[in-house]
Amino acid sequence: MSTGHTVLDVEGLRMRYGDNDVLRDVTFRARQGEVLALLGPNGAGKTTTIEILEGFRNRSAGRVDVLGSDPAHADEGWRARVGVVLQSWRDHGKWRVRELLAHLGSCYACYSTDRVARPWDADDLVAAVGLTEHAGKKIRTLSGGQRRRLDVAIGIVGRPELLFLDEPTAGFDPEARREFHDLVRDLAARHETTVLLTTHDLAEAEKLADRIVVLDGGRIIADGTAAELARLIAGQDEVRWVRDGRAFEVSTADSTAFAFDLFRRYGDTVTDLEVRRSSLEDTYLALVRKAEVSR
Amino acid sequence: MSPMATALRAGWARGLVELRQSFTNGADLWGHFFWPSLMVVVTYFLRDVSFGGSGFLLGTLVLPSILGMNASMAMVSMSQQLTADREDGTLLRAKATPNGMTTLLLGKVVSVSGGLVVDLAVFLVPAMVLVPGLAVGPGSWPTLAWVLALGLLATLPLGAVLGSVFTSVRAQGLITLPILGLIGISGVFYPVTAMPQWVQWVAQSAPVYWLGLGMRSALLPDSAAAVEIGGSWRHAETVAVLGVWAVLGLLVAPVVLRRMARRESGSTVAGRRERALGRVG
Repeated sequence: MSTGHTVLDVEGLRMRYGDNDVLRDVTFRARQGEVLALLGPNGAGKTTTIEILEGFRNRSAGRVDVLGSDPAHADEGWRARVGVVLQSWRDHGKWRVRELLAHLGSCYACYSTDRVARPWDADDLVAAVGLTEHAGKKIRTLSGGQRRRLDVAIGIVGRPELLFLDEPTAGFDPEARREFHDLVRDLAARHETTVLLTTHDLAEAEKLADRIVVLDGGRIIADGTAAELARLIAGQDEVRWVRDGRAFEVSTADSTAFAFDLFRRYGDTVTDLEVRRSSLEDTYLALVRKAEVSR
Repeated sequence: MSPMATALRAGWARGLVELRQSFTNGADLWGHFFWPSLMVVVTYFLRDVSFGGSGFLLGTLVLPSILGMNASMAMVSMSQQLTADREDGTLLRAKATPNGMTTLLLGKVVSVSGGLVVDLAVFLVPAMVLVPGLAVGPGSWPTLAWVLALGLLATLPLGAVLGSVFTSVRAQGLITLPILGLIGISGVFYPVTAMPQWVQWVAQSAPVYWLGLGMRSALLPDSAAAVEIGGSWRHAETVAVLGVWAVLGLLVAPVVLRRMARRESGSTVAGRRERALGRVG
């Protein structure tokens, strides 16, 4: 687990368009080297949140601190420490892959420090995202997956301390997704990059993130590790068994204690015991459903 | 290296890459050669047409005027390229890069100016051979150079302003029309002294007329000044009017550009993309 200092601190964030609150009292933090997933259904406010943190959008109210600055008023030195990968890019179609990485990288040269050497070498970076054989290609001729990998490469060319990824693997095939997950985990582990990613894919959040923040209807409805979230909703484990030829099924918060009690009472007359732990998916769906009912 | 030096270097490099790209793809190459070649043909057919009783041939008068017109069209290129950059997310990318906006704009200035110089040469070299009556001497090139430099200073920031104000490639098409109208009355294809008084005043308020006048002063014999308003090349007035446009543009452009950049975000680019796809599909 990460023990670094806080690099992202959001408190009481609110975003309002006219009479419509898109974000309400959003509060969360991220520590250095942590991978944080902002999970939620479409329209939950994930993109709005990430755009405010990226400094691309002004907020209505609340306190936001990203790498020690307010992104709404941050300078170019701050910009050099932040990497951004948006949902859909189609810019620089006439440029070649390596050429663009070298050019954008050169903008970071003056922000190199003793601790972080900027930019990332273009050839190394092309190799790191698996585009070596396409390095000389025009960008508009890349496939969707290759283009996405280039987007990630551009996002990290300045060796950011904090990387924002908005729906990074949308449209990836499973193989590309796995490679991408490895890349992100490597960034966080080896380079101490803090990663904030949005996704509506629960499996992705579970696989990648140290911590998951669930956003729905502009509110945070849960915040914790995958295990903590699973524990959040009680009565989810399903226990099935057969006794005297009859099948039983019970939902319980603590399936282990329940099973122990079952055997103590009925001994070996209990057969075909089956315990189905609540999956994170059940938890997530239950959370979203609960939030929607109370709204 | 300081951030400013980094941005200057990156901007220069960016401009050169974009310039090279514009000479290595079919559509841009066509643009570089089609219009200048067409203008050579027009000038060639006007070479024998005389202008009233002035004793000057229209072709001779038109040649430098076309140079001036082409130079002022750099404004349109600037504006169109900025709009295109905004539509495809290049501008947002610049916003996500440290000093990216400075780099992007510098790059644009370098690539648009560089492209223009090539376009001017493509037109000027054959036209000079085909059209008689020019007075090209050692004094011509310095005059041409300062008129061009001042003209770009006056028109490129204006182009950036137009590019920031008009948000779609479609709207860009609309602003091309009044600009073409302005070129029509600016004494490019026919001397402005043959026009009604009020048209002359409109023409003299815009940079196109003064760019044409400056180019004529560089390439025509001094006796040709008789055809101009006041019978003079009016260099002082040229500097004044182009200077005012330059100052105005340089004052307004950063404000408008910053406002435009502030509004860019991932969702605005995605929204425009969806609208664009909706138009096509």
